[in-house]
Amino acid sequence: MASGIQTFLTAGAPQAAGPWPRAEVDEAAWQSATGRLAAGDWVLFGLWGDVNRVHMAVLDEEGTPGILTLPCAGGFPSVGASHSPAIRLERAIKDLFGHEPVGAPDERPWLDHGHWGVTHPLGAATPSPADGVAYPFLPAEGPGLHQIPVGPVHAGIIEPGHFRFTANGETVVRLEERLGYVHKGIEGLMAGADLSRGARLAGRTSGDSTVAYAYAFARAAEAACGAEPLPRAAWLRALMAEMERLANHFGDIGAICNDAAFVLMHAHCGMLRERVLRAADACFGHRLMRDRIVPGGVASDLGAAGAEVLRGLVRHVRSTFPALVRLYDDTASLQDRTVATGILTQDLARQYGCSGYVGRASGRDFDARRALAYAPYDKLSFNVPVRSEGDVDARVRIRIAEVDESLSLIEQILDGLPAGPIFGELPVGSSGEGAAVVEGFRGDVLLWLRLDPAGRIARCHLRDPSWFQWPVLEAAIEGNIVADFPLCNKSFNCSYSGHDL
Amino acid sequence: MRKLLLESLFGGPATEAAPAPGDAELAEVGRALERETGRRLGRSLSIREVDAGSCNACELEIHALANAYYDMERFGIRFVASPRHADVLLVTGPVTKNMREALERTYRATPAPKWVVAVGDCALNGGLFRDSYACLGGVGAVVPVDLHIPGCPPSPVQLLRGLLALLERNAR
Repeated sequence: MASGIQTFLTAGAPQAAGPWPRAEVDEAAWQSATGRLAAGDWVLFGLWGDVNRVHMAVLDEEGTPGILTLPCAGGFPSVGASHSPAIRLERAIKDLFGHEPVGAPDERPWLDHGHWGVTHPLGAATPSPADGVAYPFLPAEGPGLHQIPVGPVHAGIIEPGHFRFTANGETVVRLEERLGYVHKGIEGLMAGADLSRGARLAGRTSGDSTVAYAYAFARAAEAACGAEPLPRAAWLRALMAEMERLANHFGDIGAICNDAAFVLMHAHCGMLRERVLRAADACFGHRLMRDRIVPGGVASDLGAAGAEVLRGLVRHVRSTFPALVRLYDDTASLQDRTVATGILTQDLARQYGCSGYVGRASGRDFDARRALAYAPYDKLSFNVPVRSEGDVDARVRIRIAEVDESLSLIEQILDGLPAGPIFGELPVGSSGEGAAVVEGFRGDVLLWLRLDPAGRIARCHLRDPSWFQWPVLEAAIEGNIVADFPLCNKSFNCSYSGHDL
Repeated sequence: MRKLLLESLFGGPATEAAPAPGDAELAEVGRALERETGRRLGRSLSIREVDAGSCNACELEIHALANAYYDMERFGIRFVASPRHADVLLVTGPVTKNMREALERTYRATPAPKWVVAVGDCALNGGLFRDSYACLGGVGAVVPVDLHIPGCPPSPVQLLRGLLALLERNAR
């Protein structure tokens, strides 16, 4: 019984797949896999629709990835019925493709708010009224309870989403999220696009992770074409990914402290973030390094002057950041807000397979750069910080530790950067499928694509880490005061756009 | 903390000189303001930012306007929490169909005189998302746009240039 995903899949009909095994299975096997997820043996890594099929990516007890595919005409056995991390993914599958998760505990639409003028846009695509549908929130009843609706337009400069708080006085009894406001139809636009347009779309899935998405897309496309990334390009990609991580972690550390009204930290971290973006602009010609990673390689090389800029940046951060960490450590009034606030339990982090600082602050020792090591991380040395407290403070401290690791990685990459070309055309007209996972600053980004015989994208699925972080934020905020929600929310910093697609 | 504060106090400001407003922006803004002659707001702008489907890259750069290097508050430009306090709506994204109503309601809640600044390539015509079933194809499809700041995303300097143009014309 204790078989890993490999043996499990050999029982099905193996498909020619990218780097990971994929097999078509029957309903019994699908349900058996669901049982393994519910038992906590496996981790749900992704769940997405396709024409007449649904795909489920899992990590088995060894951390080995694999994909199960269930042919379906109309319906499939709900995974969410026994494994709640799947619920929102299934609601999205139903909205986009029309496949019905049979036995699902929540039948409400998720991404479809009734405004598209079309139902099941990636499936049968039938025209429908576009005047919106009412959305029933889950009830919370009792003496003294009141509701606070927030969003989709928020008071700060953040992305749109709706939060429905039920509170007893100041204490949050229930938070329910409603997302989908920034659904742009990215997976619909992917269908029929060539790889170059696909890469640009992927890089606009979540702007703060533009490098991570373009990186994942390029690797999946290369896997689909049977091509290996060029060594220098692979190293430059990792360099950009670490720069992106640095910039976002500085932004987050400052913004979390700002939400606890500690502006000094925000001001200093904001300057560090700006330094990183300017260095990125100087080295790669774009502050966020957008469209710099392309299938086949990278779009800009790093010269000697650029390398010197980066070494200067590392020196600057090392000389200024420790004082900020001490400031965080020494400010009791700040820690009063962050310690023991918004606790995510280790059980929930494990069950949901939370990645990034959310999972690592709650004891889940997972980092795709190590667990599913890809070039050049297999040749670099770094630590993966893990904590067990699961509060806002732990999520700050994971980021602080990761800043140090990224600085070291940037130095290692500069020291070991191989010479050679940075771009090679992928074989024209290759068809196939590929999957890739990239550790973005927020967590692991999963990308799966299938190319048609003309080399165009037949289906591309992009799974943001936020899918497994948003739901547990609802749990982490319970019992906290309403005024601490911005603090908790920022410490998670889930992506709306990456989730809504 | 004391050491850090003292260093900041004696280290000189990190804030950099303002960029000059570009001619193109001045011309575009000029056209917009002619419609509103006679009503002046002085040299100050209160801005309500609305993400109408952006990938969040524009938001990152709008955020950067507040950092010490750009320090937009020195020009009297500030972000406000409610459209009811705003003179300007700064709108990003291709305008998803799911955000249309929220954008319209935010616009209606903003008191006149008001201006709409569309930020980013998506906000002009939907950009890469133009042909999607889920997008309307730019801010102009929902509310009248007075100024467009291009870029994917526009840099903080480009953003400042556009906003300063609005301010310059307004003060004249």
